[in-house]
Amino acid sequence: MIERFQSFYKKAGLPRIIIAVFFFILTVTSSIIGIPFGGLMTDVIVRVAMNVVLVLAMVPGILSGIGPNFGLPLGILAGLLGAIISIEMELVGRSAFIGAILMAIPLAAIVGWGYGWLLNKVKGSEMMVATYVGFSAVSLMSIGWMVLPIKNPEMAWAMGKGIRTTISLEGRFRHLLNNLWHFNIGAFRVPTGLILFGLLMCFIMWLVLRSKTGIAMKTVGDNPKFAVASGLNVDKYRIIGTILSSILGAIGIIVYAQSFGFLQLYQAPMFMGFHAVAAVLIGGANVRNATITHVLIGTFLFQGLLVVALPVANNLLEQGSLAEITRMLVSNGIILYALTQVVGGE
Amino acid sequence: MEPRPNIEENTQNKRIEMLEKGKKFLINNMVTILFVIIGYIGFVLSGLSLPFFLNDLINRVARNGFLVLALIIPVLAGMGLNFAVVLGAMAGQMAIIMTIHWGVFNWQGILLCVLLATPIAILFGFLTGKLLNKTKGQEMITSLILGWFANGVYQFIFLILVGSVIPMKNEELVLSTGVGLRVTVDLDKKLRYAIDSLFRFSFIKSVLIVGIVFISVALYMYIKNNKQGQLDSAKGKVMALSASGIVLGVWSIMTMLNSRNMLNNLNIPVVTFVIIGLLCFATAFLTKTKLGQDFRTVGQDQHLANVSGIDSNKIRVLAIVISTVLAAWGHIIYLQNMGTLSTYGSHENIGMFAIAALLIGGATVTKATIGQALLGTVLFHTIFIVSPLAGRNLLGDAQLGEYFRAFVVYGVIGVSLGMHAWKKQMQSKK
Repeated sequence: MIERFQSFYKKAGLPRIIIAVFFFILTVTSSIIGIPFGGLMTDVIVRVAMNVVLVLAMVPGILSGIGPNFGLPLGILAGLLGAIISIEMELVGRSAFIGAILMAIPLAAIVGWGYGWLLNKVKGSEMMVATYVGFSAVSLMSIGWMVLPIKNPEMAWAMGKGIRTTISLEGRFRHLLNNLWHFNIGAFRVPTGLILFGLLMCFIMWLVLRSKTGIAMKTVGDNPKFAVASGLNVDKYRIIGTILSSILGAIGIIVYAQSFGFLQLYQAPMFMGFHAVAAVLIGGANVRNATITHVLIGTFLFQGLLVVALPVANNLLEQGSLAEITRMLVSNGIILYALTQVVGGE
Repeated sequence: MEPRPNIEENTQNKRIEMLEKGKKFLINNMVTILFVIIGYIGFVLSGLSLPFFLNDLINRVARNGFLVLALIIPVLAGMGLNFAVVLGAMAGQMAIIMTIHWGVFNWQGILLCVLLATPIAILFGFLTGKLLNKTKGQEMITSLILGWFANGVYQFIFLILVGSVIPMKNEELVLSTGVGLRVTVDLDKKLRYAIDSLFRFSFIKSVLIVGIVFISVALYMYIKNNKQGQLDSAKGKVMALSASGIVLGVWSIMTMLNSRNMLNNLNIPVVTFVIIGLLCFATAFLTKTKLGQDFRTVGQDQHLANVSGIDSNKIRVLAIVISTVLAAWGHIIYLQNMGTLSTYGSHENIGMFAIAALLIGGATVTKATIGQALLGTVLFHTIFIVSPLAGRNLLGDAQLGEYFRAFVVYGVIGVSLGMHAWKKQMQSKK
């Protein structure tokens, strides 16, 4: 029993156990202080399902050897642009959602290709370079949002130039997936469409990883020297991994936005990459290995923790910032922990 | 065997050599030259008057110079750009909060701040150094994320613990609920300009003095070298020094004669600049000592350093401790000039801006000098001052210029990190 516990402890790592226990305590506290459990669980499920694709984007990056994709904002920007084009084309409902995704995928692929090429030039410092590539892309695109020739009054500022900071998706594709085949169990509302879409993406990723390309990609990430010896083009598969990651980022933000109800432009995508990285690391991934299980567990723990922390914190304390502080501590703490493990393992 | 063509060939060779040298200079200083050009264009577009611009620039250089210099030693020790200077800034801020709380103001307040901040910064630096030793090879990303993590801890302490766990009663500092510090704390009449206003001196007269100093140094060099008969070798330096000295002197006298010129009203905070100057000397001196040599050895090759009896881990921790303490002091200088402490925001971008300034000055991840730090501070803040106005005049929106300057900050860090990684990869291939 003790041995089993020790091996579990070793496998899970201290931070993960702390986070899981913390999550459990918060959930218990929330029901003790009388926060309606059904509503809370609905929020948890929605938040997990709307974030899962963004977190899934970490898997191809990590497996192909570029590490956690801190440059996820690049894919996100492609997704936002796709959504804006879809609205500018006056698409509505299902066609708007699918149109946005179809528009975003080639954009993300092009961006991901260039970004992957860049990451091949900076092997060994990918994380740092990616962070700043993401930051500068967000700032550059902020200028882009201001000068894009958008005429649609839903998106353009009434006065002056440029696009609004947040664009409502009301009447476009807001809650399209959330309301698809949804049903209630008591107060607990199941957003079936949203869950199914997330699982579908995971399943596609699972298939890709088992294809010939996927296996080659994993080999490249796992052991580049061995991959070269077996005749694989390391740089090529790293680029494929980056492209896949960017595309998932683009789809991820569209799914996120349809559930959130708004497109958030300008500075909003700045730190989204970090939250996705933190989530997958909490799930048990490290900078060299990640699985779809890690994605699901990690998103559940990270987003669930934040959702539950908010009402509990509001109830216990008057300051509303405890949830934000928790997020800062948890997400940055887990990334730091993962960084110490990289060298420790070598 | 004719002598003439030979001479021609020689001059041609010399010319080619000069061209090559010029090319090399351009390539090596590409970033700096680019930003000189951007800064100049931005200044012209912004339509700012020179006195106004200089006033702002002097202020900003005095405010930030110290912080930028705090980055040099970790670079020397091969740890890259220390994004964790944010922790030093936090230490400085904590000291300021305590000082204000206890009601010690003016230069006495600053002294108390320094006394309080130093031990806190040493502790933070020690912990940071220990962490960075566990993540060798990924120091920069670690220090960046550590800054954000520490910010979370900082907010937890000052938003939630102060007033609830840590007893503190002060209407000026604590929120009306009794828990958590106010978002902004006014330092006016407390610590504001506590260093800057100790001794202010006319800007234009200082320019004249600098000009005179330049000319006298040139004269001294001329006389000394003339005696030793090595005039040729020092000719360039003497010429450049005396020329710039004369230009500065003539310009300042011309300005002083024109009593309507606003430049005559400009003052500089002498003590702040003296402190920055002292830090420059201290850094230069440190690099020449045994410890400075150790930093450089560890920076070049940790394994080699270990073999030759240097405890490289200890040296690395020491480098970060020094950097953190300097950052804490630098942040105190920064805040006494700003005049308002934004409790949860003042420290956030300190590291990023200081690093961008250092890089614009021509420094890299592995090499940074005092000159680069000073030049970079001037260039970076030039762009900071002019870009919103230039953006407004060019495209009718000041926000655009602000996004541009954010892009410059992130872009310059990204590009130089990328260049460094690329060079390293090329070297390892060879």
